[in-house]
Amino acid sequence: MESKKYQTYILVWLGLVILTGITVSMAGMNLGLLSILIVLSIAAIKSGLVLSYFMHLKYETGLLFKLMIPIVLAVLMIFIGLTFTDIAFR
Amino acid sequence: MWLFLLSEIILFGGLFLLYSSYRYKNPLDFHLAAWELNRVLGTINTLILITSSLTIALSILFVQKGDHKLSMILLSATIFLGLLFLGIKYVEWTAKIEHGLYPNSPRLLGRSKGEVLFFGLYYSMTGLHGLHVLVGIFVLSVMLVLMMRGKINGNHSVPLENTGLYWHLIDIIWIFLFPLFYLIT
Repeated sequence: MESKKYQTYILVWLGLVILTGITVSMAGMNLGLLSILIVLSIAAIKSGLVLSYFMHLKYETGLLFKLMIPIVLAVLMIFIGLTFTDIAFR
Repeated sequence: MWLFLLSEIILFGGLFLLYSSYRYKNPLDFHLAAWELNRVLGTINTLILITSSLTIALSILFVQKGDHKLSMILLSATIFLGLLFLGIKYVEWTAKIEHGLYPNSPRLLGRSKGEVLFFGLYYSMTGLHGLHVLVGIFVLSVMLVLMMRGKINGNHSVPLENTGLYWHLIDIIWIFLFPLFYLIT
């Protein structure tokens, strides 16, 4: 179990490097709005990897604790969503 | 520790909100200004931070296993990578400043409003992030000293774990800053 953890860290790191490579090569293509969406989704996947493995969120017990990060992110999303409805329909 | 990290997310979240609303209003200027950032240096810095996240995670793993020497080597590697990140940031900023692109510079004020906003946000957001890296390096160094004195060991590693959490958060913030400023053009 313990030695496996060390391997998991290396694998996660490798995944992060590959995802970085994908985003950088994506930037050369001109896909307009779609490219923003893809690049941000990859960033979200990367932070998900860091949160769940490096920051041990995957191994935490306790529902409230596990829900804290999604709640904060949801609050942030509401902020951004409300601001954009203001800007877009002004 | 997690509560502090959540407050940090909201702090940077506010700046991200500012960025996205200004970007929405001045898409073309942001597009042009983003071209001027050095994408190669940005990519190298991303890889440096990702690797430093790996080294701190491994350092914590080994101290819990009782391998202090390896843990200290990995911790030093993390500090070194953090300094390298700041060094590259320094090179990047000085190059920009030499080109006359800094807040309130005559050259920048002669440009369109959106580009002024872009560089203002670029300096404030990467600057605030850089400040966090600097604090992170300081705290990591304190941890290294504590480890040398034997205050942090297999039975008592919580301070190092919390430092690791803070360092990973810095990594996550950069994961979002990098594509927003350097890649989306």
